[in-house]
Amino acid sequence: MANVTLRNVRKTYTGGFEAIKGVNVDVGDGQFCVLVGPSGCGKSTLLRMVAGLETVSGGEIDIGGRVVNQVEPADRDIAMVFQNYALYPHMSVFNNMAYGLRNRGMAETEVKTRVDEAARVLELSAMLERKPRQLSGGQRQRVAMGRAIVRQPKVFLFDEPLSNLDAKLRIAMRVEIRKLQRRLNTTSIYVTHDQLEAMTLADILVVMNGGQVEQIGNPLAIYEKPATTFVASFIGAPPMNLMSMRTEEIKSQLGSAGEAGILGIRPEDFVITDQTPAGGVALPLTVEAIERVGAETFIYGSRAEDEQRVAATPGELPPGEVIVRVPGTEAPAIGQKIRVAAVRQKLHLFSGDGRTRIEG
Amino acid sequence: MVEQEGFRRYVAHIILWIGIAIVAFPVYIAIVASTQDNALIANGQMSLLPGGHFFEVYYQTIFVGTSGSTREPVYNMMLNSLVMALLIAVGKIAISIISAYGIVYFRFPFRMPIFWIIFITLMLPVEVRIYPTYKIVADLHMLDSYAGLALPLIASATATLLFRQFFMTVPDELLEASRIDGAGPLRFFWDTLLPLSRTNMAALFVILFILGWNQYLWPLLITTRDDMQTIQVGIRKMITTTDALTEWPVVMATAVLAMLPPVFVVVAMQKLFVRGLVETEK
Repeated sequence: MANVTLRNVRKTYTGGFEAIKGVNVDVGDGQFCVLVGPSGCGKSTLLRMVAGLETVSGGEIDIGGRVVNQVEPADRDIAMVFQNYALYPHMSVFNNMAYGLRNRGMAETEVKTRVDEAARVLELSAMLERKPRQLSGGQRQRVAMGRAIVRQPKVFLFDEPLSNLDAKLRIAMRVEIRKLQRRLNTTSIYVTHDQLEAMTLADILVVMNGGQVEQIGNPLAIYEKPATTFVASFIGAPPMNLMSMRTEEIKSQLGSAGEAGILGIRPEDFVITDQTPAGGVALPLTVEAIERVGAETFIYGSRAEDEQRVAATPGELPPGEVIVRVPGTEAPAIGQKIRVAAVRQKLHLFSGDGRTRIEG
Repeated sequence: MVEQEGFRRYVAHIILWIGIAIVAFPVYIAIVASTQDNALIANGQMSLLPGGHFFEVYYQTIFVGTSGSTREPVYNMMLNSLVMALLIAVGKIAISIISAYGIVYFRFPFRMPIFWIIFITLMLPVEVRIYPTYKIVADLHMLDSYAGLALPLIASATATLLFRQFFMTVPDELLEASRIDGAGPLRFFWDTLLPLSRTNMAALFVILFILGWNQYLWPLLITTRDDMQTIQVGIRKMITTTDALTEWPVVMATAVLAMLPPVFVVVAMQKLFVRGLVETEK
């Protein structure tokens, strides 16, 4: 049981590339922290620095009140689950889980107790004698988890552990990981590029971009109040609609609320209506495409006037396109002209460069 | 492959049988000749069917040797060859797997130059460096010894390269998982890398054992005592006789016996050998 604190952590590779540009994160005891961001944002590097697999160029990594910058991975009291599981292919499931314990000189009876207990929890008891190649992807994933939990470490580290699984299994394992972590109450740091995984697993969500932290907080708080346009478009699927407030149409409706900024509206916050809510925004759209997924329908519309949308990556929509989510399967026909509106409380206002959120 | 129809399939089979006959006939002749009376062979009247002297010829070959004055029983030659081939094969594998481990997993000054120096020794087989090598072995008083037979042949750039290539395909995560599991460099080598290399080691063993078994020039140079003679050198010496007929049945029996250990090694290791060449799962 320990908290993990990163103080102004930096990583500069030989050659001068700055992968991590000063990160401050504080993960409390027993909390589940998810690092999320697009590929190349430095989230995996940061995790590997916590594990001790990468050296730290600057700042401090503190696990349970001890600065571990110079401590070997084996002595940091952490366990890691790798993306490709990294099971020892020549060892049985039992030996895979027992290896780390035996290396620490644990008595064989205690090793057996711990491995059997972990196998029971993970429903692996029937396959302890099998080799990893005789297991399915999901079972290998469990063995990798088992190898981590038998150690009873202070911190679990997960490096995109679900990305090699198929979609259904991923959801099932996601729930299992969360339940397991709740029960063991072990501080965890989890890296993913999947915003859905991030939203569902995290106590603390850390959104990273370009080696820096964009926003830290409770996942729902981040969803409701993204600090930057990057976070706004990265968290949430489909992404938030972002448009420039320079256009006459929006400016006239919002008045002085946000001069020359960026307006963001989530697809689910639109309503198809002829009315304009007070202080809100209404947009005329031409329906371009319809996606029905059963419980909800996404309407892709183009804005009436030909205006340049502001740039936002990733998951960016083409300029002038707006996504509207409506419940059920009722939808207008393609080519039809509709009018959508969002109330004042559902509008997100950002500064012109997208780096600051404007409250109010 | 799609099954081919009648005529074309027979043609293919006939060609294959001809190929087998060409390869197998000399071996057959050797076996037949080793069971016949020497006088018949010397007269040029050798039959293509096995003769009746199998047991006496092989008994003489293994336990007595030729009738010449410097005769040496073949079991002793085989023992010498076996010790040399085993020392070379095991020694080469041990040394090259350790050097490959050093080159792949450790960062030390001049790592790449050292790798290239090892690589360049591929161009310097024993035949090229035979004089200096002989001088060194002679100065170390290793003539007529197993050490002298095996040591100069024991370093192998080929095997080092093979292990290096194999180690580079082992995922980094295995090393990282080992580090987190508290295994140091030696533990990782012993517990993870060696077991994973098992099939590669078997494949190399087959190749290197046969290479060692078939050594001729080097043993010929450094063995002067008859009781240190290897079988390959022994066969050659049996053929050249100054004052008597060459005892062809004994020579052929020796040749047949010389074939047996490599055949045995290949048959015993075949399964591992093939897996070592084709296995991809890590």
